[in-house]
Amino acid sequence: MTQLREVDIAVVGAGPAGLAATLACGESGAATLLVDYMDAPGGQLIKQTHKFFGSERQFAGTRGIQIPAIFMERLSKMPNVALMWGANASGYYADSGVLTLEDGSKFVKVKAKRVIIATGAAEKPLAFENNDLPGVYGAGAVQTLMNVHGVKPGDRVLMVGSGNIGLIVSYQLIQAGVEVVALVEAAGCIGGYLVHAAKLRRAGVPILTSHTVVRALGEETVRGAVVAQVDQSWQVIPGSEREVACDVICLAVGLTPLVDMMWQAGCEMKYVPALGGHVPVRDENMRASNPAVYVAGDSGGVEEASSAMISGEIAGISAATSLGFEVKEADARLSRLKADLAAIRSGPTGEKICAGIKCATVCGGEW
Amino acid sequence: MEIALYSHFAQGREDSGRPLGRLRPNVVRLKDHPILEFPTGREVEFTFNGKEIEGIEGEPIAAALHAAGVRILRHSPKLGRARGFFCAIGTCSSCLMTVDGVPNVRVCTEPLKQGMVVETQEGHGHLPID
Repeated sequence: MTQLREVDIAVVGAGPAGLAATLACGESGAATLLVDYMDAPGGQLIKQTHKFFGSERQFAGTRGIQIPAIFMERLSKMPNVALMWGANASGYYADSGVLTLEDGSKFVKVKAKRVIIATGAAEKPLAFENNDLPGVYGAGAVQTLMNVHGVKPGDRVLMVGSGNIGLIVSYQLIQAGVEVVALVEAAGCIGGYLVHAAKLRRAGVPILTSHTVVRALGEETVRGAVVAQVDQSWQVIPGSEREVACDVICLAVGLTPLVDMMWQAGCEMKYVPALGGHVPVRDENMRASNPAVYVAGDSGGVEEASSAMISGEIAGISAATSLGFEVKEADARLSRLKADLAAIRSGPTGEKICAGIKCATVCGGEW
Repeated sequence: MEIALYSHFAQGREDSGRPLGRLRPNVVRLKDHPILEFPTGREVEFTFNGKEIEGIEGEPIAAALHAAGVRILRHSPKLGRARGFFCAIGTCSSCLMTVDGVPNVRVCTEPLKQGMVVETQEGHGHLPID
């Protein structure tokens, strides 16, 4: 017989957004269940070795890898918070509010009054000839292999994409003793912060803007790549092709939100390129069109861990107060969090995000 | 100016004159790292297509295979194209293998255990039926 477990709030995903959401729910006294398919908390924080920016409230100066333990120390002291690792959330049934979990060989049903979906995002592929050869890796995979498991992804890496992920992972590869032969970026200028790009240039890595990867070379695994210059309409300039010897082509060309559960929940969805793909339409407190569903972090639009923690906390406070649980100075906290988000989204990179968020937010900011 | 800026890259171009096959995978485990310390778990033995390989208990099977120089994890069912590691978070299906007789295991997230039997699978694999 399948058990039916009842909770006030279920949080799916224990990355930065899910951890922050769970903490806020836990503080309110709501019976909260946090589930993640991995065996340990942190989501993608577990590979973020760099120090965070922003304000102290978002752990500025702390390395990403140190953050899960800070949350866990507080969560483990809350009797109303239950944690489930190694449990894959496989479905959400909007008619009954039941979340199904695959826990090893067991199938578990959880009836939750509110569900906060913090499932993160997945690496985007890039279309080029032979892009399926082993050795073409997502940047996140390279980080996981190297920073979490201590295994070198290869000897010579061609990095594709100059957003912060491409820049940071390139630098992390160099720290791990791996050669980065070049970084190619199709746009005319780098996408990430200058501070990260400067580290790469100091290490002698060529940053080739207006360049793309045309094809991967090799029969069964990557042995090299052909890169070429592109014009302003992204077309390859004939004659500019050149070969690079490398055994890894690392794709850092963006992420797309993991929103399967939001589709299942019947949430109103919208395609917002600035946020990485389809995202749920939400109000300012992260509530989706299905009033039992809240969204937090990258699954609501790809940004980064600091804003994920903030949107997670917003979702947690809102979900808990919607059930009548008391959150101290909820309104003041929510306005402070929204101000923090606005601060993080200021600057040139933030402009695009802000436009995306505006597009994904329900007209007038509330349902 | 351009030569100075791209000197590193120029070396890559020179390299391309050599047979590209010269690049041998020399995939090793990291020991000294300026920031990270890696957990040293118990060494366990498992088999990959019958061949004995050592890995660290609890690391994803794919990490152990990668450390042993195995980059091809399967071939695609229709066109037989080689498939390797790609997302490392269990979402892309590139790394499906048969583990202890169970097909379509995502080896990028499945923890390694002593004595595991890891095999490349044919097509979509076959379910074990008693």
